[in-house]
Amino acid sequence: MCAQPSPDAVSSGETGTVVLDARDINRALTRISHEILERNKGAADLVLLGIPTRGVHLARRIAARISATEGVDVPVGALDVTMYRDDLRKHPARTPQPTELPPGGVDGRTVVLVDDVLYSGRTVRAALDAMNDIGRPDVVRLAVLVDRGHRQLPIRADHVGKNLPSARTERVMVRLDDLDGIEEVRIASGGDLS
Amino acid sequence: MRRHLLSVDDLSADDIETLFATAAEMHDVQRREVKKLPALRGRTVINLFFEDSTRTRSSFEIAGKWLSADTINITGKGSSASKGESLRDTVLTIAAMGVDALVMRHSASGAAHQVSQWVDAAVINAGDGTHEHPSQALLDAYTLQRRLGSLEGRHVVIVGDLTHSRVFRSNVKCLATLGARVTVVAPPTLMPSGVASWSAAQGFATSWDLDEVLPTADAVMMLRVQRERMSGGYFPSAREYTVGYGLTRDRLAVLGPDVPICHPGPMNRGLEIAADAADAAQSAILDQVSAGVAVRMSILYHLLAGEGAVS
Repeated sequence: MCAQPSPDAVSSGETGTVVLDARDINRALTRISHEILERNKGAADLVLLGIPTRGVHLARRIAARISATEGVDVPVGALDVTMYRDDLRKHPARTPQPTELPPGGVDGRTVVLVDDVLYSGRTVRAALDAMNDIGRPDVVRLAVLVDRGHRQLPIRADHVGKNLPSARTERVMVRLDDLDGIEEVRIASGGDLS
Repeated sequence: MRRHLLSVDDLSADDIETLFATAAEMHDVQRREVKKLPALRGRTVINLFFEDSTRTRSSFEIAGKWLSADTINITGKGSSASKGESLRDTVLTIAAMGVDALVMRHSASGAAHQVSQWVDAAVINAGDGTHEHPSQALLDAYTLQRRLGSLEGRHVVIVGDLTHSRVFRSNVKCLATLGARVTVVAPPTLMPSGVASWSAAQGFATSWDLDEVLPTADAVMMLRVQRERMSGGYFPSAREYTVGYGLTRDRLAVLGPDVPICHPGPMNRGLEIAADAADAAQSAILDQVSAGVAVRMSILYHLLAGEGAVS
């Protein structure tokens, strides 16, 4: 998925179609933040865990919106899933990213996993396994900026920024201002990036 | 990264940084309640040790177990090697059981390299004679980098029995790759012969005078006096060695309070290192041990987890 920034994705930046621009992303994240609060009936016991790399940035933005709305700080962390992936042997060994848990941990909390793109569902499965090793949340939910379909596992998102019907041969690229210097979601034809 | 880890020469500066980045994450896992990652599930790692070892063997074993590999220890003394089986037959027998990695220590320099040509498994050199001990050099550099921030331009002083030290041979290469300035100090009898041309090629300095070098040290690495490899005559007495080359209480006072003190262990307290220095607040000796597990997890992960890893 788009978790690994690849030079390839940057060079092909001018191809394809922009499906979400900066304002669309902004609105989607605001809506997701409100949905999370509605579903959770407030910000109590909430913990946001982003899946590196872009999921972490999105989780921080959602947390900022929640604290702006509710006036409380929501703990944010990062959950790396590299070591839990089922496709480790299909790629050269990747360097794991930091896993950072907020001071209160996840035990007994409502954890919202945040990722940029939901595709096969394998990353989320790996994240659930990783979660198992760091604690026992009360509830785990999933928020994604883009759901592009083509699930290979019985996994669904609770909060979706945009449902984006796509062909398996297409590529979906999420770019965020703080990482990529541009804010957009773009879809392009190209190799299957599963 | 290559398929085996036989020498620090196998690693570029980028490879070392990659290993350290992964090791830093593994270090965090060490502090968790559940210290287990599934990355090497179903892989088998054999520790084949023909020489004594506490920390290297146990930390490779723990590293493998925390990555969910099955790890087995075979020691020379309890194996068929003590019945006269050749090294080749021993490793071929073990390889035939279907192992993914052989972590090997042997008293002959080049043994790991030789074995890597006989088997399909990844071979990790855990010390071969007086040649190399790459995982030790990596964990030393990792420990120092965490203490000092960066090794670029820092002055690392390595002191002790250089002639017999594989740790020193691996360390000068690894530290040089990371940009550190290295000075090695030993009595003339324990300075390897021909070190001059070698030190020029690898860019480290040599000295016989510890007191001259110590004041500019950013880090000090004491090496063990390897009595088991000496047939005597290297120095007149243990007392004389300590006076000339031991990290004594007086020399500890010369070091700045933030200068890390390393020792690969096992220590001869009172010989090459005084108890005051070994137990000082600035001592990094126990940090080295915990870094050892993290660095070895990183090595096993990068050699075994990805595509192209032996199966």
